Formats: sequence, structure tokens, C-alpha cells
Amino acid sequence: MGSRILIVDDEPNIVTSLEFLMRRSGHETAVARDGDEALAAVASFRPDLVLLDVALPHRDGFEVCQQLRADGWDALKILMLTAKGREVEVAKGLAVGADAYVTKPFSTRELVEAVTNLLAADR
Amino acid sequence: MIVAVSAGYLGLLFAVAYYGDRRAAVGRSLISNGSIYALSLAVYATSWTFYGSVGRAASTGVGFLPVYLGPTVMVALGWFVLRKLIRISKRHRITSLADFISARYGKSTLLGGVVTVIAVVGIVPYIALQLKAVSNTFRILRRYPDIVSTGELGHVPLLQDTGFYVALLLAAFTILFGTRHLDATERHEGMVAAIAFESIVKLVAFLAVGAFVTFGVFAGFGDLFGQAADDPDIAALYTLTPEVGYGGWAWLMVLSMLAIILLPRQWQIAVVENVDERHLTRAVWLFPLYLLAINVFVLPIALGGLLRFGDGSVDTDTFVLTLPMAERQPALALLVFIGGLSAATGMVIVETIALSTMVSNSLVMPLLLRSRAVAGRANLGGVILAIRRVTIVAVLLLGYGYFRVAGEGSALVSIGLVSFAAVAQFAPALLGGLFWRGGTRDGALAGLVAGFTVWLYTLLLPSLAETGWLPGRFVEDGPFGIALLRPQALFGLDGLDPISHAMVWSALANVGAYVGVSLARRVDAAERAQAALFVDEGADAGLWRGSASVADLRALLERFLGADGARAALVAHAQGRALPEEADAGLVRHVETLLAGAVGTASARVMVASVVREEPLGLDEVMEILDEASQVRAYSRELERKSAELEAATAGLRAANERLTELDRLKDDFVSTVTHELRTPLTSIRAFSEILLDNPDLDAAERKRYLRIVAEETERLTRLINQVLDLSKLESGRASWQIGVVDVAGVVRDSVAETARLFHDAGASLDVQLPDALPPVAADRDQVVQVMLNLLSNAAKFCPPERGRVLVGVRTEDSVVRVDVTDNGPGIAAADQPAIFEKFRQGGDGLGDRPRGTGLGLAISRRIIDHLGGTLWVRSTVGQGATFSFTLPVAPGGEEG
Repeated sequence: MGSRILIVDDEPNIVTSLEFLMRRSGHETAVARDGDEALAAVASFRPDLVLLDVALPHRDGFEVCQQLRADGWDALKILMLTAKGREVEVAKGLAVGADAYVTKPFSTRELVEAVTNLLAADR
Repeated sequence: MIVAVSAGYLGLLFAVAYYGDRRAAVGRSLISNGSIYALSLAVYATSWTFYGSVGRAASTGVGFLPVYLGPTVMVALGWFVLRKLIRISKRHRITSLADFISARYGKSTLLGGVVTVIAVVGIVPYIALQLKAVSNTFRILRRYPDIVSTGELGHVPLLQDTGFYVALLLAAFTILFGTRHLDATERHEGMVAAIAFESIVKLVAFLAVGAFVTFGVFAGFGDLFGQAADDPDIAALYTLTPEVGYGGWAWLMVLSMLAIILLPRQWQIAVVENVDERHLTRAVWLFPLYLLAINVFVLPIALGGLLRFGDGSVDTDTFVLTLPMAERQPALALLVFIGGLSAATGMVIVETIALSTMVSNSLVMPLLLRSRAVAGRANLGGVILAIRRVTIVAVLLLGYGYFRVAGEGSALVSIGLVSFAAVAQFAPALLGGLFWRGGTRDGALAGLVAGFTVWLYTLLLPSLAETGWLPGRFVEDGPFGIALLRPQALFGLDGLDPISHAMVWSALANVGAYVGVSLARRVDAAERAQAALFVDEGADAGLWRGSASVADLRALLERFLGADGARAALVAHAQGRALPEEADAGLVRHVETLLAGAVGTASARVMVASVVREEPLGLDEVMEILDEASQVRAYSRELERKSAELEAATAGLRAANERLTELDRLKDDFVSTVTHELRTPLTSIRAFSEILLDNPDLDAAERKRYLRIVAEETERLTRLINQVLDLSKLESGRASWQIGVVDVAGVVRDSVAETARLFHDAGASLDVQLPDALPPVAADRDQVVQVMLNLLSNAAKFCPPERGRVLVGVRTEDSVVRVDVTDNGPGIAAADQPAIFEKFRQGGDGLGDRPRGTGLGLAISRRIIDHLGGTLWVRSTVGQGATFSFTLPVAPGGEEG
């Protein structure tokens, strides 16, 4: 039941933790450090789901999300991660096409559950 | 017969006057037209003109003329002066010449008194002239058909002297005319009507004689002048005689020009009795015409008389009367006598009324008012009338006395000119006062006294000396034999006729004293106010301050105008409004003006001052008023300044508010950024803690790795919190500083030692170049260490992994110690350089790994260096590394250390 998960974040330690969590859940992972890398990785890695941090260098998570949807990645599940937990951010993320939203610092169990639920909804 | 006709004529005059008064009382003034005004001005032509001109012409030819040319010129060309006098007098209810001069110079009672005395003394000879003319002609006419010279009339005892009875009769007549009631305007319409009537009578009489002599006795002008030219003695009259040379002509012209205004009777008629200043426009041509008419036959009569009575047996002054008598024309002679009587009575009546007004208002009242007993009397109006009546009698008796003492020997014209010269002394003070603001009370006083003294000495005393009352040597040799002081050749000025001589010296003394004293003394406030009113007629006196109760003012008015008059005057002033209890300055001034009409300006001021709580208007007062005005201006300036300050403060507040709003926004951003920065390490810590908790099966290496991350992130979190707190302290100014002498080399060594591990981990080399000797700096050592650590850790962070090279250099520059930290990292674009010193703005975006740091290090460092009086900056080119430098000031006295 393994899926392909793309992790997009610029904090190495957070990336490490996310890689661990996803692999432990049986998923295959790839990592992108900024927005441009993320767009390229989606095209090459073709993930089922993207864990997308909002605060990225150059091109932030909202732009990446919007671009992905504009490029036709409709089936791709996008879960946004941000330290900025305000409601307006959540609303903005959902508005540009994200499927779910998790605020930092996150509960690992909730994150894993959210990923699992998003992937299951497709089936 | 003569007495009866004379009495009848005087009765007629009285009837005319009575009619005039009646008409005035019902508001249909008889005299309100320009012709009557011009005719009444002809009161100028007295028995001097009527009889004396012929006498003068008989001895000097055309020498009689300047006395008429002067007034002609004055009225025809100088009418604007007259108009100004009329306007000012009407505005201020000025009733006499003395009043006018007194009012002009600060309402000075002293000045008014002096003018009055001069006028009375100066006019007495003139009155005497009239009495002499009436008395002599009466006695000559009584001898009809005999012709006698005045010398033959001889001296008679007082009680048999016609002149004495004429004087008494005229006094009684004048009292009836002029002082029947007290009027605030001091105008006598009936009298003016009578004077105008008299002017017609005397003109008709004189023309009748002239026509009779020219066409009855002789066959027209040609015959008359022809016969005269044939007589060598008479022919000499056609040329100007040395006695009245050109200088004499000029002085006579000037004297008569002044006399037409300054003689009290002329002032009375021309100024006081003037109903409407527009009447002047007719007088301007009608009055000169009258003078021309009355002079046409002067020369023919004089020549006729000389031809007829060639032997000198008949007094030339009586030709007008004696020619008809010699030709057996009793009716014409009687007409002539009536004409002469007209001329004399007109003059005496008006003159004495004018003088009595001056004496009562300017001389006696001010004196009486000083004694409270009189001031307290209920009806002062009666007192004033009594004073005037006494004055009239006294002046006429004085005139008679002069006539008895000095008049018999002199020609009519000579006596008249003495009076002319006396009143001419008023000219500098009056005309100067009209057109020169600088004229002062003291100047006017000095001029009048000086001029009058010279007049007394050079004209009056010699005229008395001629009669034997004074030793004749006084005139010929000078007092005490001092030739220089001879009255008619003062200081050796010889060769002039007595009048010219007197005028030269009196004019010099008068004008000199007036101008000199005026210039020598400052003008006081009251004088300044009055000067402005007179020189700039039409202005109003604004600088008066005081208050009085209306009841007091009413009581004051009642004493002069009666209860009805007072009420009417106050009601008229109120103009329909209710009278207030407290009078304002305007009402007080109105009352003063009303009183001035009755008692003169100076007395009115004294009386009003008795009931008014007046704040005397001295220079101090004026200055105070000015001060108040300038204070008000200062206040308004202050107000403007305050308002400007308020605006500035408002603008400041608005700016501060905007700044606060901005700061608030910045704070929100800061808090938002800080929380974000806090969440990042927290996220790692929580994630790995849960991973470690949920996965007890992790192998030891992995467990250790994750635990290290937790430890690192915790440390990062702590550092971040500390730096936020540091920055907060620095920004709010609450940081505590321990400034002391700091050895920069020591700071660098310690910092390098502390960061050695960082460089080791990054695989970078660190070289330090310290000079042998460094001056100590004044700074807080811990803070400088923090800056050093920030710069070193930044350098370690941005060095390329494994080939980093960092260089630390320290050197002395001028009065600072400079530290450079140079790395071979990626460098910073010029555009980004300012931003790296801002909070949470880290360099290295997008270039590989994001550097580890809080984003606060440089912001904190810059604030520290700024606070210590140094500078922190960066020099960098992209791709060629960066150099961060800072300076610190050398400690005082430590430059050699």
C-alpha cells in the first residue's frame, strides 16, 4: 500500500523527521528544499502526495500549490505545513488548492493520520 | 434836532435788531444769506473809514488805500483761512479769538487771559477813535452853519463832554443788543441784522456826499482832479510820499490783512456770527466791492475839501461833514452825521460785545471758577451776563479815557493803526496754530507777551508821551537817555514810520519767541490732541478718558442753559436712545462743547472737570494707552504663536501616532516572525521527541542522532529567546551597560577561542592578526564579545564547506580601534547589504542550505556598536566574500597606552 510522498521544507531537521515518519508508514519519499525544486520533483518523482511547507525561499508554498493545480496535477494530494497557524493562512491554503492543513509544531500521529486519510480518500 | 434824529436812528436800529431776533427765534433767520454776511463784514468800515480816510487822503494821497487793499486781498484770496477758522470754531463752539487761541494750545486758561488783556488794551484806542469821531462831528454839526476845526472846539469838562454821553449811550445800547440773554452759540442775529443795516446807511451817506461834492460842488471827476492838479501842494498827493513809502505800504497791507480777521469785532462777525460757511462765497466778492464803493469818493472829497478849505482852517478828518455844511446842505450834513454814527456805533457795539465775551469767558470766569463759592452758585448764567455788562461799560469808559487823554491830538487813522498793530500780535499764535502742529502753549504765550511788550513800548507809550502824560524826552532820547532804546528808533533802526518800525520789531520778537520756545519744549498730550484738531480740522478728539454721571452733567448744564435747555441738549444728544446713568466720553465732550459756547473752552473744561472723574491725559497716559495697544498686539502675537505651536504639536502628535501605528505594525510583524522562528525548533523537538517515544525499537545510532537534534534545537530555541530579549532591551533602552576600559585584543582572543570549534566543524581556517600594542577602548566588554561572536559565527556559517578561510584583523585608526572580519563566502549583493542588519533578514537565500541562525545577530550587533559610539558596516562583492568591520572609540587618555 505504499505511496509516493514528496517532502518540501527548508529545515533539515524537520525534513529528517518527516522522512522518518513517512518511511515508517511504508511510503516512498523524496525531498525538495524550495519551491522550484518542488515543482521539478513533482514532475520527475510524480508523488501521490506533497507535504508542502509554506515558508520557503524564493517561491512560497502557496505559489507552489497554485502552480501545481494550474499545471493540471488535480489528483495530487497537497498537505500544507506552516508555523503560521492563523486562520487566514489556512483559508488561503485551501483556497489555492490544498487538500489539508497541519500547523507546526505538529503531532506526529495526527500528521500520519492526515496523510493516511488523504491517500485513502482516493481509493 | 440832531439828538432827536440820532435817537430815532438808534431806535430804528434797535427795531431792526429786535425784528432779527424775533425772526431767528421762530427759525426764519433774517441774516441767513451771503449778502447780509458780506454787509455785516463791512463793520470793518468804521468812522475811521467814514471820516479818517478822507483825512488820510488829504495828507498822503492814495496812502489811505492799503488799509482796504489788505482786507480785499485777504477775503478774496485768503478765504480758505477764514473757512478753516469758521469750521473749527463751529465744531468746538468757540466763541472768541481768545477762546480759539486758548483752545488751540491745550485749552490753556492763561493763554486765553493774555489774549484777552492784549485785545482789550489794544482795542481801547480804537474805541476812543469812534467816540472822538462821534463827539467831534456832533459838536461841529451843532455849530451849523459855522464851520469850526476840532482844535477850536476846545476842552470841555467831563460832564459837558458829548463824548462821555456818547460812550454811556453806546454802552447802554450795546448791553441791550448783546447781553439780553445768554446763548450757547453766542450768536446775536438781531445785532448782525442791525450791523448790516448800518453798513447800508453809512455807504449811502458816504456815496451821497461823494456824489454831491463831485457833481454838485464840482463839475464831475475831470473838473475836480483838474483843479487839484493845478495846485502844486495838492498835486504832490498824486505821488507816494516818503512818509508812507513802499515799506509802509507793505506793512499797512499786512496789518489790515490780519486785522480783517484778528480784530475782535471782525472775528465776531466773520467767524462767530457766521450762519453758514457757504456765505463766504458771496462775501468773497461782495465785501471787496463794498470796500471799493466806499472808497471811490475818498479822493474826490479829500481834494474837494482841500480846494474848498485850502487854508487848513478845517480839520481834514471832518471834510465829509464840513463840505455839505459849507455848501449849506443841512439835510445832507445830517445824513452824513447819521452815516458816521452808523459806522461808529456798529464798530463799538460789535467790538465791545466781542471783548465782553472774551473778558467773561477767558479772563473772569476762569478766575471765578477757582473759588468754590462762585462755582457752587446755582445760576452762573446771570453772573456771566453781569460780567459782560460791566465789561462793556468798562471798555467804553476806558476808550473814553484814552480819547480824553491821548485822542485829541492825533489823526483818526493813526489811532486806528495802533490798534491794528496790537491785534496783529495774535497772528503768529493763531496762524501758526492753524498750520503748524509744533506750536506750543508756551511758545504762543512767549510770542504774545514779547510782541505785545514791543507794541506797548514802541507805539502805546509814545502815543501817550505825545499828550504829555509821559515826558517827551522819553521818546526823543530814549529812557534814561539811552539812545539805543528810543521807542521809535529801537536799536538804531531809524528812518521808518512809527507803525512800520513797531511792526518790524514786534513781528521779530513775536514770531521769534513763538517759534523758538515752541521748538525748545516738547508738546504735551493735551496740546498735541488740540493741535491735531486744529491743524487737521475735521479730526475728532479721541484721546480723552473719563466718566461722569449724567445727573452731574445735567446739573452743570442747568446752571448755564436752564432746566429746559439742559434737558433738550441731553435728549438731542441721546438721539432717541435712553440716557444712560453713566456718561461716556462722547456725552462728556458734548456737554463740554455746549458749555464752551456759553463760557469758553477753557472754563468749560474746568467746570466739566469738576464733575468728571477724569483721568488726566498726560504723556504718561498716552504712553499707557499706547502700551495697552501694543500689549494687545503682543497678546495677539502670542496667541498666534501659541496657535502655531498647537498646530505644530498637533502635527507632531499625528506623526507620533502614525509612528506608533507603524511601530505597532512592526511589533505585530516582529511577534509574528518571532513566533514563527520559535515554532521551527519547537517543531523539530516535538517531532523527534514523539518519534523517540513512539519507536522504542530504534537502533542506538539513530536514537542518538535524533536526541542530538533535539538538544541542538533546544539550544537554538534558548539562543533565540535570549537574543529576542537582548534586542528588546537594546531597542527600548533598558539594556544595562557596564562601560569600562576594554582591551580589544583580549576580546578578539577570547572570541576566537570560543568559536574555534565552529570553524573546526566547518573545516575553515581562522587567522588572527593582532598588532603589538593597542590603545584600550571605552566600551562594555561583554557586549563587544557578543558582537565579535556574532561576526565570527556568521563567517563560519557562510564559508564554503571545507575550504573556508576567515581572517580577523585589528588596527588603530586615528582615535578608533578597528576590527575586520573577512570571509571567502558567497558575498552579499549591494542591494541586499542594508537589509542584513535588519531583524530576521538572513543572507544566503536560495544558496544551498539555509544558514543556521536566528536572523537577529547583525541587528543586535549594529545596535551595540552604535550605542558604544562606533560604526558597524559591511563591504562585499558577490562571489568574493565579505568583510564585516566595526570601530570603537579609544578610551580618553588611552591613546598612548
